[in-house]
Amino acid sequence: MKENEIKQELYALLQQIAPETEPSALAPDENIKESLDIDSFDTLRFIVSVNEKFEIEIPEEDYGKITTIGLLTNYIQKKM
Amino acid sequence: MKEFLMPSLGADMEDGTLVEWRKKPGDPVTRGDIIAEVDTQKGLIEIEVFEDGYVDKLLVDPGEKVPVGTAMALIRTGDSETGQEKEQGLEFPVSEKEKVVLQPTEEHFDEKPLPQKFPGKRIKASPLARRIAEENKIDLSKITGTGENGAIIKDDVNKAIEQRTAPETEEKISETLPEKEPEKIADSGKSIRMAVAAAMSKSNREIPHYYLSKKIDMSKSLYWIKESNKERSVQERLLPAALLIKAVAKSLDEVPQLNAVWENALQIKNEINVGFVVSLRSGGIMVPSINNADLKSVSQIMDSLNDLIPRARAMKLRSSELNSSTITLTSLGEGGADTLLGVIYPPQVAVIGFGGIIEEAWAENGMLGIRPVINASLSGDHRATDGLTGNRFLTILNKNLQNPEDL
Repeated sequence: MKENEIKQELYALLQQIAPETEPSALAPDENIKESLDIDSFDTLRFIVSVNEKFEIEIPEEDYGKITTIGLLTNYIQKKM
Repeated sequence: MKEFLMPSLGADMEDGTLVEWRKKPGDPVTRGDIIAEVDTQKGLIEIEVFEDGYVDKLLVDPGEKVPVGTAMALIRTGDSETGQEKEQGLEFPVSEKEKVVLQPTEEHFDEKPLPQKFPGKRIKASPLARRIAEENKIDLSKITGTGENGAIIKDDVNKAIEQRTAPETEEKISETLPEKEPEKIADSGKSIRMAVAAAMSKSNREIPHYYLSKKIDMSKSLYWIKESNKERSVQERLLPAALLIKAVAKSLDEVPQLNAVWENALQIKNEINVGFVVSLRSGGIMVPSINNADLKSVSQIMDSLNDLIPRARAMKLRSSELNSSTITLTSLGEGGADTLLGVIYPPQVAVIGFGGIIEEAWAENGMLGIRPVINASLSGDHRATDGLTGNRFLTILNKNLQNPEDL
């Protein structure tokens, strides 16, 4: 899957969790959680949806490595 | 035959608009079945029936705005089948809490302080009369009461409404007629805001709060969650909130005075049903209840959160999930403010608040270290309990969070 396709999928997943936001406006190095004002419950839901969409396992200790769209896209590419 | 009444979903709810009957006359119903869908300030709520039997008659049409406590349907119960039928109108649900919020529809008397317009003077009036007067902007001080000890009753207020000048009367009466068309479902954010405003104003007006807080070292709890999550799939992972809910519920086993309601006296509840505050992205909060939280495992509480939070955010909760809580827990989660001092949700007598978990310098046994720390607070109703009780609760809560494996 190409980088851009991954990003589009991520935007769609974030949109489901925070419908009133525009995830595509996030800069690649912007903190997703802080910028979209997502709480820990919705963060977990987002990680579950990433896990299901891309069929990759994300251990809890990796949460700190996937805080931005740029980092998360790279992470997914490496795991797929 | 029993009457099925519009239930109260909290101290702040006055009425609801029937959207749809899910049962029709002749249908069998068992306790817990959804009988109707009602639009309230808290969204579209599925209302459950509390009897086993058959629907005999539906008394309200979809679109009607129905005050809390009004009969909506007649349920033929098992008794009526065998001819032992009894009229037991007000038997409907259960909780002591509802008896209080149902009061405004009955004619009885109290002496509430008047609005500020009449400082220092009290007028005796039934709550129903008071409500009708308020809705019709009738000044109670200009009415002579004909009820017990000169109390103003519903008929007195209605007479005063009739005695207004003709055009005005017409206008006002048309306003009080039941509305046949469904009210436009108000902008949900705004109506939730109003519901929160009503409940919190009542709380601040009536409940003398006291506040206590305690810093709790969360190292052991967070380590336990981390280790536990290593063995779980991402779908089954735990959040600290689930552990906090369990720890609070277990602590209440030892300090039952806080798991109670205040209705002229302290009434301790047997079930520990923890209302969990869910903030809505559009503003406002919903407080679904995790029932019997002390009897559930941390995993089961997490399952409840996974089920309840998305439905609370979509405003799709059941009546039993909104009106059964016996205490409230509110947690800010990560980041943000350190301390949260909650406002009690009447008629409950306590709210437990958790700030964000932050790293702090921590001195213990003469040593200094860095620990993840949470600030736990208790807002208590001083009519019901004292600081000593609150102090005991926070001490036990701390002990429980130091032994997460026992939760």
